[in-house]
Amino acid sequence: MIGYVVRRLVGAVIVLLVLSAVVYGLFYAGPSNPALLACGKGCTPDHLAEVKSAMGLDKSLGDQYLSFLHGIFFGHDYSSGPSVRSCPAPCLGYSFETDQSVTSILTSALPVSASLALGALVLSLLLGVGSGLVTVLSGRRWLDRGLNAVVLLGYSTPVFLVALVLLIVFCSDLKWLPFPNYVPLTQNPGQWAQNLLLPWIALALIGSASYARMTRAQMLETLSEDHVRTARAYGLSERRVITGHVLRGALTPLVTMAAIDLAAIMTSAVLTESMFGLPGIGHALVDAVHGGDLPVIVGVTVAAGSLYILANALADILYAAIDPRVELA
Amino acid sequence: MTQTVLTEEAAADPGPSSPPLPRAALWRRLRHDKAAATGLVIIAVMVLVAVFAPVLTALEGQDPTTQHSELVDSAVGTPLGAHGGISGSHWLGVEPQTGRDLFARLVYGARISLGIAFGATAIQVLIGVSIGIAAGLGGRLVDSALGRLTDLSLAFPYVLFAIGLMAIVPDSIPRPLVLAVVIALVAWGGTARLARGQTLSLKTRDYVAAAKLSGAPPLRVARREILPGLVTPVLTYAALLVPSNMIAEAGLSFLGVGIRPPTPSWGQMLSQGTTWFRPDVLYVLVPGGALFVTLLAFTLLADGVRRILDPKNTEVAP
Repeated sequence: MIGYVVRRLVGAVIVLLVLSAVVYGLFYAGPSNPALLACGKGCTPDHLAEVKSAMGLDKSLGDQYLSFLHGIFFGHDYSSGPSVRSCPAPCLGYSFETDQSVTSILTSALPVSASLALGALVLSLLLGVGSGLVTVLSGRRWLDRGLNAVVLLGYSTPVFLVALVLLIVFCSDLKWLPFPNYVPLTQNPGQWAQNLLLPWIALALIGSASYARMTRAQMLETLSEDHVRTARAYGLSERRVITGHVLRGALTPLVTMAAIDLAAIMTSAVLTESMFGLPGIGHALVDAVHGGDLPVIVGVTVAAGSLYILANALADILYAAIDPRVELA
Repeated sequence: MTQTVLTEEAAADPGPSSPPLPRAALWRRLRHDKAAATGLVIIAVMVLVAVFAPVLTALEGQDPTTQHSELVDSAVGTPLGAHGGISGSHWLGVEPQTGRDLFARLVYGARISLGIAFGATAIQVLIGVSIGIAAGLGGRLVDSALGRLTDLSLAFPYVLFAIGLMAIVPDSIPRPLVLAVVIALVAWGGTARLARGQTLSLKTRDYVAAAKLSGAPPLRVARREILPGLVTPVLTYAALLVPSNMIAEAGLSFLGVGIRPPTPSWGQMLSQGTTWFRPDVLYVLVPGGALFVTLLAFTLLADGVRRILDPKNTEVAP
């Protein structure tokens, strides 16, 4: 088991290195002109050369990437002329637009994205697993058909359409809720939940579709397995069969799915964040893209990629730990 | 995601045990599946609308980019007249502020939205199938290298990556082309995995072994023996890719990093509509409705194909 964990983590680190190299290379050696972007409007050739050397853009791309990595682990000192600005680890550089450090942009955006993802995941699981279980256990055909229809609707609706309808109905027409305006959990938990309610619902309406379908399929499969038939043959009550023998096997794969979903929502709920004005990771990225803010684009992409890849690795490890059938080859 | 994707795909994949359903039989069953047939009809209509967009707008007598400032309230920008300015010459009214014809933008938007969705799918299938076959037929080293590459592309926050990529692409390249390529480049992993699995199972069949023994070069084996066996499963999977690519395009354009005005796309129209939903709700409903109906049609079709190909399925009698 320990060997498997180590191998999986080493694999994740390698993937991370490749990812960061690809992202860095793409953005700093691609068709963008980092020095010109950093220098801003009305840039003189002298100033441009200065910016170039301050950012280390006159060095080879390999050296630049190594110094980027060095900054993440050991910090980085930027010298422009006589003044030296030190950026402690993990250093991802400074925004061209606001001159904020990318790390501070990330640390202020992460709690927002995490709040969004956690609530949305809990709601998706409740809705999805709940409806999947009810459908299978009740054994009613019309429920099954209804669930399938709802799942298909969920698959074919873009999240921003749901968000838009929710905003129009609940904030604009019925006026049950104010237009969302993020309040940190530490500041006011009630306000926090109230402002995140609609984003959570929007994501859960879509996200629960795959949980519902997965729960249904897994339940049907587990119910037809031999050990369940054996349990029934022993004369266990149907309730004991379900709670003691079916649920565990059927719902285990959902743990993996949920772990990855958490990272996926945190890093990819760009549209939801933008619709509801939540200042999360996706929002930071979209702002950076509009401003050509390369350090923020690279920092956010690498950070989000790391989160996602680590979540994948953890999910696999978790799965191996709870499911005895997984071979650790 | 790796495991869940696999299970989802395994559900759609008839597997080596059951003989592949002949394409003619698949087609016949599809036509008798009410939901799938409805989806197919809607898709056909949308494709026709996109293809004949110039004819339709010529019938209406409008084009998608001419601004009609006389048709909007110069103070607030809302269209004059009831329901967003619907009239005999502007079938769905006009856009707020610019006064561009909404019907013309909708049908030309269909070209962009469907074009990018299909284009991206074609590129994905091309990349995915090439990599999948190469991994399946190649040696252990090739297989494991390509396998890691596929894993990387699957385990990737591709939305973020696509947004970032859109930022650095020079403006001289046509946006729709850029979007199709970017969407395809970040999401070909599923197709590659499916193609590899199918190739591995086809490889063990006698006729492939016979071709190899008779000295056929690998490329010929790939093209003549493996590729035909991949058509049905890959097409089935592609039916799911088209709507997801369409959502990706709409999302990117909605965020303002995809298609830019004056070129219309449904996502981009919706994005502009959101600020106008109170005075002019039609401006949101028209592109939103078109997008929703088309996506639903694709999902119905894909679900129908999945049901028909599912060996455990007993609902549809042959």
